[in-house]
Amino acid sequence: MPKVLMRGNHALAEAAVRSGCRYYFGYPITPQNEVPEYMSERLSKLEDGVFIQAESEIASIHMVIGASMAGGRAMTSSSSPGISLKQEGISFLAALELPAVIVNMTRGSPGLGNIAPAQSDYFQATRGGGHGDYRTIVLAPNSCQELADLTYKAFDLADKYRTPVVILGDGMLGQMMEPVELPPEVQIKKLPHKDWTLTGAKGRPSRFIRSLLLDPFEEEEHNWKLMRKYERIAKEEVSWETSFADDARLMVVAFGIAARIAKGAIKRMRDEGLKVGLIRPISLWPFPSKAIKELTKKVRHFFVFEMNMGQMLEDVKLALEGNGEVHFYGRPGGIILTPLEISRVISSYYYQRKLG
Amino acid sequence: MASGMIEIDSELCKDCKLCISVCPHRLIESSDRMNQKGYYPASYVEKHLKKEGSKCTGCGLCAISCPEIAIEVYRA
Amino acid sequence: MKKIFSRPKSLKKTPFHYCPGCGHSVLHRIIAEVIDEMNLQEKIIGIPPAGCAVLAYLYFDIDMGEASHGRGAALATGMKRVLPDRVVFTYQGDGDIAAIGTAETIHAAVRGENFSTIFVNNGVYGMTGGQMAPTTILGQNTTTSPGGRKQKRDGFPVNLSEMLAVAKGSAYIERTAVNSPANILKTKKAIAKAFRIQMEGHGFSLIEVLSPCPTNWKMEPIEACKWIDEVMAVHYPLGVLKDVTGDKRDAH
Repeated sequence: MPKVLMRGNHALAEAAVRSGCRYYFGYPITPQNEVPEYMSERLSKLEDGVFIQAESEIASIHMVIGASMAGGRAMTSSSSPGISLKQEGISFLAALELPAVIVNMTRGSPGLGNIAPAQSDYFQATRGGGHGDYRTIVLAPNSCQELADLTYKAFDLADKYRTPVVILGDGMLGQMMEPVELPPEVQIKKLPHKDWTLTGAKGRPSRFIRSLLLDPFEEEEHNWKLMRKYERIAKEEVSWETSFADDARLMVVAFGIAARIAKGAIKRMRDEGLKVGLIRPISLWPFPSKAIKELTKKVRHFFVFEMNMGQMLEDVKLALEGNGEVHFYGRPGGIILTPLEISRVISSYYYQRKLG
Repeated sequence: MASGMIEIDSELCKDCKLCISVCPHRLIESSDRMNQKGYYPASYVEKHLKKEGSKCTGCGLCAISCPEIAIEVYRA
Repeated sequence: MKKIFSRPKSLKKTPFHYCPGCGHSVLHRIIAEVIDEMNLQEKIIGIPPAGCAVLAYLYFDIDMGEASHGRGAALATGMKRVLPDRVVFTYQGDGDIAAIGTAETIHAAVRGENFSTIFVNNGVYGMTGGQMAPTTILGQNTTTSPGGRKQKRDGFPVNLSEMLAVAKGSAYIERTAVNSPANILKTKKAIAKAFRIQMEGHGFSLIEVLSPCPTNWKMEPIEACKWIDEVMAVHYPLGVLKDVTGDKRDAH
């Protein structure tokens, strides 16, 4: 299949449409404006395409809820502050067991922040963000190709598990242009039938979709039901990538754009003879805890590198369960580090700890 | 002879008294016997009253007003 | 004798949990009657509010989907865009629609989204115990406007229907009440007309229904119904606020 040079935001939007998404509800916020702009054009050309620029991020997530209840593949996108606004809606999606895809192109935070890329929404994405005991599948692409592939896959995962899926990108991934091999168009009619949607009670008893369970015993059981689902997801949908791991004395742990930068740094360090490897979680929830713990059989030193003040760091520490040493380097607020800077920081640690 | 009749399900009634207030022939009164919910339900008294011209016409105003759908109306 | 009045088919047999004399009960029934008479049970989808009617799906025998507080108009938008040939309606209280949900409601009307809204206006937040609502009138006593709503402290009440009538996308806005048999029948006609207007694709329709809340108004039901006539309807006048069809015929 031929590759197309595409901007990240466009690649994810195109992949979504090819995955059968016909319902996009969004709101402008930098650095993801290209997503609604692309969708407005692309969906208007499709007979069954629906694009609404909603009045707010709150309105758009609730339009996603309505569309999902009616059986459509629906998505919304935003950036950090807008994703904060969507949290109640995301909690509802999880509680109501509705499929949906939510894209976050993270920017400098907290508050109004800035429009530069950051990774400071890891907690927001993986720790719920909204109220209650729920999880959302969180996928972290690190290239325009992955933005396309993971968005495409997200709709299938969402439908399969009846759960919201978050694509955790960042401003840089969204803006950069890379060659992308686009996935094939899905035939919507061939998608598995949903037997739980609200379509009007024709030829069947009426049904309702709700999350209000006043009886605590019912609510408890519902929570257990969700947890059993999340356990299944944790077993089946964990994904990660390792590079240069075989003889590594130190493993860098990074996700998304930081992992791209880290790879560049690792190549520099390998050229200098340092035995550094990389493990890159692709699913941030479920987190590849087992895979990280496995590494402790051969490696003792873990260097977490994120564009934030240490968020995935906590999951790495939890995964290691005390086996190994964890060091952290990060810069928040939209700073994009260079491979040179990272290689210097890691090399410095490597030499100080005499890992050579 | 009455041209209409109503039946009140006293277990559904919550004694809001709206039916009593709208009946043009004043054929409904609060019962003095409590129902299971603890209300004194409305009760159709045509059979007990011997008022001149007090006959149910099946106008249905009581049923239209009743929030609990406790009243069914019959008309000849 | 023939039975001429009984429970509509689209209502489950579950007894209502609403207070004695509550407007929700009557409104649920007449909506169900309209659904029966217009044969909509198989193609209608309802969205209940957060509020006393949050459990509406236990009563209506139709497909229903829960919305978080105030967002019914956004859900209805998404739903109707996916299923344009179904009838979609939201059922919302005054807080749901005119406080937290104002943006979603106004924008759905402005966009001319083709669904219907039944706006239950009882001037208080019923489920949470009788706090002030956007539609609480000046001087009205509630748990968060002790001594009566004061303009300086609490601001003016909102006339949402009048505001929505200005929106170009609104096709039909009418204010009715359920405090008397005559008004109940008018409300039923208005609801049927709203659904008809939706099915004909004219745009956004809304029926504001002045509804008694005897418990939180601290009145007997009969007194509450009178208060609607004598006080509430003065501030929220009944009648058609907008009708792009100019249609006088019976909606059925």
